[in-house]
Amino acid sequence: MNITAEEQQLLSGLANEDKESIERIYRDHYNMVHSLVINNNGSADDAADIFQELMIVLFEKAKSGNFELHCQLKTFIYAVSRRLWLKKLSQSQRFLVSADEMGEVVSVDEDIEVHEQRQAEFNIMENALSKIGEPCKSLLEAYYLQKKQMQAIAADFGYTNADNAKTQKYKCLVRLKKLFFAQYKNVD
Amino acid sequence: MEDSLLADAIERFVRGEMTPQEKLYFEDLRKNNPELDQSVVEHMFFLNQLDKFAATKSFKHSLHEVENKLADDAFVFRAGPTGKAKVVQLWHKYKRTVAVAASIAGLVSLFIASLISAVNTNKTTNIKPLVDKINIQEHKTRQIENKLNRLEADKAEVITPRFEEKFRGTGFLIDVNNNYIITNAHVAREGRNQLIIENSKGEQFAASAVYVDQERDIAILKVNDDKFKKLPPIPFNITKTYPDLGEQVFMLGFPKQEIVYGEGYVSAKNGYQMDTIYCQLNTEANEGSSGSPVVNRHGDLVGILTSTEQNAQGVVYAIKAANIFRAVEAAKKIDANSAIKITSTPGLKGLTRQNQIKKMEDYVFMIKGN
Repeated sequence: MNITAEEQQLLSGLANEDKESIERIYRDHYNMVHSLVINNNGSADDAADIFQELMIVLFEKAKSGNFELHCQLKTFIYAVSRRLWLKKLSQSQRFLVSADEMGEVVSVDEDIEVHEQRQAEFNIMENALSKIGEPCKSLLEAYYLQKKQMQAIAADFGYTNADNAKTQKYKCLVRLKKLFFAQYKNVD
Repeated sequence: MEDSLLADAIERFVRGEMTPQEKLYFEDLRKNNPELDQSVVEHMFFLNQLDKFAATKSFKHSLHEVENKLADDAFVFRAGPTGKAKVVQLWHKYKRTVAVAASIAGLVSLFIASLISAVNTNKTTNIKPLVDKINIQEHKTRQIENKLNRLEADKAEVITPRFEEKFRGTGFLIDVNNNYIITNAHVAREGRNQLIIENSKGEQFAASAVYVDQERDIAILKVNDDKFKKLPPIPFNITKTYPDLGEQVFMLGFPKQEIVYGEGYVSAKNGYQMDTIYCQLNTEANEGSSGSPVVNRHGDLVGILTSTEQNAQGVVYAIKAANIFRAVEAAKKIDANSAIKITSTPGLKGLTRQNQIKKMEDYVFMIKGN
């Protein structure tokens, strides 16, 4: 059984950060993930963490536009959560549940791999941003994260005009790029 | 600035803000200039990364809002405070562990600092020697137990002295003819009553400190045990040359009851507060590693692992090997040690790491005592 039209719509809502879609997915699937974690040596907090990470996996996948599932959304969510939880268990060296016990449903190897790569990239960028200092950090965040216009940024940061702000932003970007690639190439 | 113009152009190109004419010109430029094309590709990749980062960050934000709402509805439970990113939460968990670890480290350092200041009052430092002191409290109870045993033994007129180790460090052989071993002064100093060396096979031999150089933190021990079998010539080459920055090194030591292999690289030419006796390594070291040989890939012994910085991870200090020669020269002046001679050969050169370790481990000893 494949993904339904309704689920497809939920996922495109997710890609657009639609909060109602996020809530819907929580309401439909949270309990399942919660019991999966709780029944396998996890706490309520662990369950909430795993669900968050699962949502990020879904978001990344929906955003990339090639959300082709050959199973129900529920099955996919179960499989991904299970893998995320097994990984966390093995990392924290808690008593390890054998993989078979939790039952493999559908292979999500590729999705997990993509997610881990993305997560590593996210951390590198976050780390690089935290290192460049002010005003670079705020300037770049205003432009690239909050997507503000250059004029508005110039006014907010007290630059005489948008061109000055742009030059400053460029200098900051060069530094960020350097920090990012220094780490990124190391990871590769 | 031309570069900033290019960056601007790339951004407008990616966002599709260029006029058809501009776009044509830009694409032509890329086709004819591979170097420029490469930096365009790199910049586009980077912008794409930044974009993904922005999207995920923003999504996480929405996610927390929804989670908070559901927590208010008692649909999602969290024991701790809600509304924090998972990464942040992990950091918080981690931070607590760090705090605990830091306070334990702090206590240990206070304890060691007091010990050091008792012997050596001229230096207060932020560095921690890597000698492993076995739980003192436990030792005291064991001592009492021992005394009781001895009282009973006296009655039975059978005295079985039991060796109670109080600390553990590492050392290595430098003279196979006369059985001299190098370790840290702070390791040897712990052995007030008795010093024992133990090889990787678990065999123990009695030893004594014949020379201690507090300032360089080097001690020379002599094995005084007829059971100690003469070993073939030392396979590593003790070098007077200072290690190079970035040089890959490995260590063999006893941070636990068996020999442990570690790797790292030379990260600075001098030690704590620019101390020229030492060099700085980037590696992990634990209590018990004090006195471990630090060897480069050619099998040259470049240093003696000694201490770690309290507040920085992976910062480890090693005494440069040239100081071994100075210590040996000084020890030679004492009559009883006049025969001491460093016997090293380049016997590890060109071997695989596994074989280097195999050849070397017989020359590395656990040093313990009370």
